[in-house]
Amino acid sequence: MNRFAYYTPLVLLGVLAVYFAAGLGRDSQTLQSVLINQKVPEFSLQPIEGATKGLSSADLKNQVVLVNIFGSWCDSCRIEHPFLMELKEKNIVPVYGIDWREVNRQAGPRWLKKFGSPYTLIGDDPKSRGAIAFGVTGAPETFFVDKQGVIRYKHMGPITEQNWNDTLKPILDELRKQ
Amino acid sequence: MIVETGHFALILALFVAALQGTLPMIGAHRRDQALMAIAAPAALIQLALVIVAFAALTYAFVTSDFSVLNVVQNSHTDKPMLYKISGVWGNHEGSMLLWALILSLYGGAIAAFGKNLRPSLKVRVLGVQSLIATGILAFILLTSNPFTRVVPAPINGNSLNPLLQDPGLAFHPPLLYLGYVGLSITFSFAVAALIEGRVDAAWARWVRPWTLAAWGFLTAGISLGSWWAYYELGWGGWWFWDPVENASFMPWLAATALLHSAIVSEKRDSLKSWTIFLAIIAFGLSLLGTFLVRSGVITSVHAFASDPTRGVFILLLLVVTIGGAFALFAWRGPSLKGSGLFQPISREGGLLLNNFLLTVAAASVLLGTLYPLFIDVLELGKVSVGAPYFESVFIPMMIPMLMVMAIAPFLKWKRGDFLGATARLKIALIITIVGGLLTWSIIDRASAFAAFGMALAIWLFIAVLTELAERIKLFRVPLIESGRRLLRQPRASWGMTFAHAGLAIMVAGMTASSAWRVESIQVMKFGDSVTVGGYTYTLKDVREVPGPNYIATRGTFIVTQSGASGEDDALTLYPEKRTYKTRKMTTTEAAIHPTFLGDLYAVVGDKDEKSGGYVTRIYFNPLVSWMWTGALIMVLGAGISLSDRRHRVGAPAKSKIVPGSVPAE
Amino acid sequence: MKFLAVIFALGLLSAPVGAVEPSEILKDPLLEKRARSISKGLRCVVCQNQSIDDSDAPLARDLRVLVRDRIVAGDSDQAVIDYVVSRYGDFVLLRPPVKAVTLVLWFGPIVIALIGVFGIILFFRRQKKYAAQLEKETKA
Repeated sequence: MNRFAYYTPLVLLGVLAVYFAAGLGRDSQTLQSVLINQKVPEFSLQPIEGATKGLSSADLKNQVVLVNIFGSWCDSCRIEHPFLMELKEKNIVPVYGIDWREVNRQAGPRWLKKFGSPYTLIGDDPKSRGAIAFGVTGAPETFFVDKQGVIRYKHMGPITEQNWNDTLKPILDELRKQ
Repeated sequence: MIVETGHFALILALFVAALQGTLPMIGAHRRDQALMAIAAPAALIQLALVIVAFAALTYAFVTSDFSVLNVVQNSHTDKPMLYKISGVWGNHEGSMLLWALILSLYGGAIAAFGKNLRPSLKVRVLGVQSLIATGILAFILLTSNPFTRVVPAPINGNSLNPLLQDPGLAFHPPLLYLGYVGLSITFSFAVAALIEGRVDAAWARWVRPWTLAAWGFLTAGISLGSWWAYYELGWGGWWFWDPVENASFMPWLAATALLHSAIVSEKRDSLKSWTIFLAIIAFGLSLLGTFLVRSGVITSVHAFASDPTRGVFILLLLVVTIGGAFALFAWRGPSLKGSGLFQPISREGGLLLNNFLLTVAAASVLLGTLYPLFIDVLELGKVSVGAPYFESVFIPMMIPMLMVMAIAPFLKWKRGDFLGATARLKIALIITIVGGLLTWSIIDRASAFAAFGMALAIWLFIAVLTELAERIKLFRVPLIESGRRLLRQPRASWGMTFAHAGLAIMVAGMTASSAWRVESIQVMKFGDSVTVGGYTYTLKDVREVPGPNYIATRGTFIVTQSGASGEDDALTLYPEKRTYKTRKMTTTEAAIHPTFLGDLYAVVGDKDEKSGGYVTRIYFNPLVSWMWTGALIMVLGAGISLSDRRHRVGAPAKSKIVPGSVPAE
Repeated sequence: MKFLAVIFALGLLSAPVGAVEPSEILKDPLLEKRARSISKGLRCVVCQNQSIDDSDAPLARDLRVLVRDRIVAGDSDQAVIDYVVSRYGDFVLLRPPVKAVTLVLWFGPIVIALIGVFGIILFFRRQKKYAAQLEKETKA
């Protein structure tokens, strides 16, 4: 073996170390969406108990809306709830809700009655068909859908005043201009 | 008070390790006897201190001292004593302390038993070992201190994850750590040799027993983990190519290659740089495993809660330790040329092929395990590398290995006679082909691959027996003479026989259980029966049964062999579903009845509200006990080999001149 | 280190049990076989490293039911897989697809093996040269 070959392990270790160092800063858990800039896949959800209209992909057109995945079991959804109410009260942007995987048909409506509903339309999603359409892996997740019904952005985790002002509002404004 | 003593002992141990890692090494360089003499006593003192620390933590767990944060997070007064103790290492901080303990244990063992070691080598080995210890102890004290107190002390703790409250899993980490932390010694030997600039037969002779010990423990630890998964996780799986499983498997592959490479280095003064390289890699892979599990870079069921600061520290440790070793390797490697020459077809050639296949296999598993990280860091998206990848890459490599494993022991050193060797395996080949065809036609015509796997297992097993028969000249001399020869066989060759035979049995078990598993999932009401794998299962009832810290829903199955008469030969199986009070988790305890031909495996699930029955899963897993038995035989082989006086003394044994072998020097 | 400590991902994951429920099983055994086979190759996206066939997470269950619905509706195996991949990406495939980005993964082992073979050939060549040299020296 010539001298060069004996250095290979050291070099390879160095390369590996760089990858590991880079990897340490990253979050291996979050799954980026592959649906960005794709039309929302077709789905159709029944209304929740007590409502007359559900939510389907056909409702997602002509205006920029947020689609929010939530559930009464989801603590982080509770955290973002006041902010979503603000979005509704100040008429900033319509928010459609997907009530994901409730244990019974009353849990969702009860939660909404107790805390208030920030949603213009709500779909009941006991079998995750709505969530799967959006490639959801957890709650809360919020999707920006533009006027053509194309998913333009996915936000994972609760919406707060901070991330709204920093990231999300600019996206909303941009989408509205188009 | 005791906890503080343990804490203090740990800090002292760090200083001792730091001293041990520096002064004696300088002494070896300057031939200063006084400095060199520090090494062995320091190693023993270090061991004693770490034992004190570990004992203190154990005491805290056993007495449920909830003023210690680690105990609060991982224990509870309701836990059975066995799990209070195993809780010590059932968490990140405690398991790192166990890591340090075993590291010091091996160092202490060298100090105590390495009397015949060349002094300069011994000192350097202890030096490198304690430098590693310094790193690990610093890591523990700075980022993962198990002795931190919590004030005010809560009344009770959070308890241990119920999945870990299991006898199999209680012993799994200690065995595993005795394995891959044990590879630190072979690493230290390698680095010491590189520093000295000498890799000779004596060095290889010292290295072998330690590699054997570590390998044996690692085999036991991995198998125990697989066995645990098999009976605990509820559907009979035993290997998932999960990143952390791979992290223990790769050192095993490297250690196996190392074991065999060391033989060539010792007996034939060849493949020396390979042996050194493998020794470095084996421990490097162990450190890599530690990094992967505790840093959060890889998604896995096994990972501890991830903490990037810990990740940075371990990465640094990894880079400095292995990088340093590789740097030495780059410098000294070219001068490690061996004098032993051999033909491609020879026993050395066979062992070289073995090395090659095992190394490529380990590299492939490493590639697959790390690939998702690479792609993620390069922002190329997210990719999963699961079992299908590893199976399609690993299994094809093992096929030639199993084939050659049978032939290589028949080849002579230096220049082997391939045709002669294969001629002696004629009978083995015939039995193999017949066995393979029988398997295919009787059991399963759909899978030629499964039949091939069984054929390989038969091939290896018969070849091992043939080799033994040859050595005792069975049927060529009177039986009594053969018997005498059998008793005179050196233990090291018994070790090989057992290890290879054990592997063959394992391969048969793995093939059968993967290919011919029978599964039946249904809802059963009391009195219903279902037939699986030739046995009829009748669900008698399902009851609630309290346990020490859980409530179990226990089903009762009466099992008879289909076609058998009456309840005389009936078996009763009691699968359970346990709900633990403190953590509100449920675990499944499958009811398993092992037989020679396979396991009867029954699981009771949730109640089906509509029909009033229960979900039941019943499996027949063929030849599963062969896997565990095979593993046990392999570990036994390592033990037998270790008990060979030649290994223990470490000096050349009084050589009996055996024709055909190379004389010892 | 090699340790089974289950991580609760958003409270969705509990102790794993072989997961297909009787109520999910399709009546047609051939279709069910297809469903099991496809499920074994799809990753549970809310779990740490399991297929949807192995996991009892609620989303895994829903995906299993979805797979069966699509099979019953007449989709081919590939169409079912594409359906899920179009929503979750290649990440959901336990057998990584052979694409530009995975070329190194799939061909890496062969390349490593070839390098090894090359090294071994070199090794034996050099051995021969060394042996020839030794012979010359002893003769001289």
